[in-house]
Amino acid sequence: MVQVRIWGSLAAMTDDQTEVEIDASNLRELLDGLAGKYPGLKPQLDRGVSVAIDGRVYNDSWFTPIKPDSEVVLLARLKGG
Amino acid sequence: MALDDKQQYQARQFKVVGTRVKRPDGVDKVTGKARFGADISAPGMLIARVLRSPHAHARIKSIDTSAAEALPGVHGVVTRADFDKITDDDFTADILDNCMAGEKALYDGHAVAAVAANSAAVAKAALKLIKVDYDVLPHVTDVDAAMVADAPVLHDGRANESVPAGMSANVLSRYEFGHGDIEAGLAKADRVIERTYKTEATHQGYIEPHACLAQMGPDGQADLWCCTQGHYMVRNVCAAIMGLDQGQLRVTASEIGGGFGGKTTVFLEPVALALSRKTSRPVKMVMSRSEVLRATGPTASSSVDVRIGMTKDGRITAGFAELRYQGGAYPGSPVEFGSMSAFAPYDLDAVKTVGWDVVTNRPKQAAYRAPGAPMAAYAIESAIDELAKGFGLDPLAVRLKNAAREGTKASYGPTFPAIGLEATLRAAKDHPHWAAPLGENQGRGVACGFWFNFGGDTCVSLNITPDGTVTVSEGNPDIGGSRASMSMMAAEELGIPYEQVRTIVADTGSLGQNEVTDGSRVTFAVGLATIEAARAAKREMCKRAAMVWGIEEDAVKWEDGAAHPAGENAGKHPPMTLKDIAAVASNTGGPIAGHHEANPEGAGVSFATHMVDTEVDPDTGAVKILRYTVFQDAGKAVHPDYVEGQFQGGAVQGIGWALNEEYIYGDDGVLQNAGFLDYRIPVASDLPMIDTVILEIPNPGHPYGVRGVGETSIVPPLAAVANAVSEAAGVRMTQLPMSPPKVLKALHDQ
Repeated sequence: MVQVRIWGSLAAMTDDQTEVEIDASNLRELLDGLAGKYPGLKPQLDRGVSVAIDGRVYNDSWFTPIKPDSEVVLLARLKGG
Repeated sequence: MALDDKQQYQARQFKVVGTRVKRPDGVDKVTGKARFGADISAPGMLIARVLRSPHAHARIKSIDTSAAEALPGVHGVVTRADFDKITDDDFTADILDNCMAGEKALYDGHAVAAVAANSAAVAKAALKLIKVDYDVLPHVTDVDAAMVADAPVLHDGRANESVPAGMSANVLSRYEFGHGDIEAGLAKADRVIERTYKTEATHQGYIEPHACLAQMGPDGQADLWCCTQGHYMVRNVCAAIMGLDQGQLRVTASEIGGGFGGKTTVFLEPVALALSRKTSRPVKMVMSRSEVLRATGPTASSSVDVRIGMTKDGRITAGFAELRYQGGAYPGSPVEFGSMSAFAPYDLDAVKTVGWDVVTNRPKQAAYRAPGAPMAAYAIESAIDELAKGFGLDPLAVRLKNAAREGTKASYGPTFPAIGLEATLRAAKDHPHWAAPLGENQGRGVACGFWFNFGGDTCVSLNITPDGTVTVSEGNPDIGGSRASMSMMAAEELGIPYEQVRTIVADTGSLGQNEVTDGSRVTFAVGLATIEAARAAKREMCKRAAMVWGIEEDAVKWEDGAAHPAGENAGKHPPMTLKDIAAVASNTGGPIAGHHEANPEGAGVSFATHMVDTEVDPDTGAVKILRYTVFQDAGKAVHPDYVEGQFQGGAVQGIGWALNEEYIYGDDGVLQNAGFLDYRIPVASDLPMIDTVILEIPNPGHPYGVRGVGETSIVPPLAAVANAVSEAAGVRMTQLPMSPPKVLKALHDQ
């Protein structure tokens, strides 16, 4: 299980929790797990998110490994100019 | 993609990287040979012009194009009815609606029809013959006014699940970031200030207007030439809008005369394709400057409330900001990035930001360098400065005291790895600029800024030619020196001179998918792919040398541009240079190439500190920039000239945003200053030389330690200039731009 920190306005979809626990060993499992456990997050997940894993930000790479003690933070999907 | 060990940063002595080699596009650009978007032509091509809405908000009841179509020389007219592909993807549907209005014109300048004709004069005449029956609707262009419950509504039903019930339908998204107890933090402060800051929409101001040439045949194949920051994006978006297979649309990027984020979407290209499809002729479109300002994407305007508490010794006890950004007529203002980045430079126990994305009757915003961050930094850095000066504290010392460092829990969530903010602040404190004397009516300001940076899909192909020189094909338009930087990294890795490598920007038929040139990603991600492509070519060349020497492949190593036997057991063989191996390539298995396809993630975040001296004329309110110094962490600066150019360019654009640039709308919702005479960007004679200090804190996620540098430099200047004006004039300007009439009024109101 990994602890996932989500941003504040998503907490309405996670029973007011800003940290949730998901059974995942990679990014794909994490995103699937979040959508499965908290269906209210799915619209945002479909619009896109980035995920910081141990301080490094990932946008797409499903098979990025996540360790049980990794720091995992959900972020608005990064864009740039 | 998780980086393997060799893709992580490894310290090394560089031979090519870090030098100031000659740029490959310089001569062509200064002699007029470079081919920009408007320079492309084709036999038999038609010229197209666009009819644009004169109303800020209007229902389109009908469009009669019959008279225009009957005009001699006109070959075709398109309206929204000619775009028959139905998409249920809101992102693409909004882009199409912005390129050609559907049921409603949503802003002054919104395209409603387009004509392709033998000449520009005929096309222009035909536009006057198109009859559009409008039902003019109430409009709103100000972000705060658009949030009021009874404001004119642009779209119904577009708000997402984050928006509480009861708000105006113009409010489409809400974001909240942060941690800790704000009220408890504020209670620990010796002073809490509350301020509201406003910034106006500004345009990227690229010198080259949008232009394209489209050629679409009845067989479903199409070609498009255009100026863009991402021709793969253009391909994908246009294919979706036109109902084409992506593989049947080939897009070639021209040289680009600036983008700064504004060319990360499409405005003309689907219209040109539709006209070409209708007329079976190539169709060329070039925007005027007025069209660029009225109908392409400026950045968002903003209104930001701030509450910050500080102890009298300069420790920030809590920070709160509510950010309201209008992004024009469609969803997607960059308020989430403003909310995430606002307090990122600081290590805070209690921090919270709330962001609102709002639509108004203005053109659909586009990205602009570090989208959303400069206006947030303006608010936060102004408030911190006011607090520091109120306590009589050194503003740099206050920032150092609160600076985020490795291990800081960032305001947007993650824990920072090694970062360079503290280094930029210390460099600023130690710089002669900080101690230089100031005269009457002069003031000095500092501010910090942050940006994320990222990677994205990237393909690079590196080919060894028969004579032993090297070509690199990459898929990202060169807006900041990437051809030079890729050639340098390839030369570094191969151990050959820079002059023996040429990098080109390949069309969409030549490489796999490439993310847009944005997010300060190219030197990082394309650089990583170039290094890996060179490494693949080296492995192949070692294999070829092993064949010639009759030894095992793993008994060969690559050093200084040549294959060498690896150790005594490999036998004594004279080194084979890249040129030697290329000469026998046909005899040893055929052409030699290396390629790399990846989605490199792990771009390092970037920080900057800016310092500026201003002088305020008390009689006119005019602000003069006297001296400006940028301190920024670049990771490894591959080509320092280009890095300095990025620092300087961001600072100058920020100065324009701070002092003069703004979209001015009349009460009728029509843009009043759609030209460079009235939309005032800084020119060389307005500015001193922008000094730069490059700090090199390696990014652990890149083999050479490269970070992105293209965006962070526009984040601090708004606040830095405002802080300097505040010190020079004794008035705190909470609204941008600080143009002479506004400064003069503030002086009189003192």
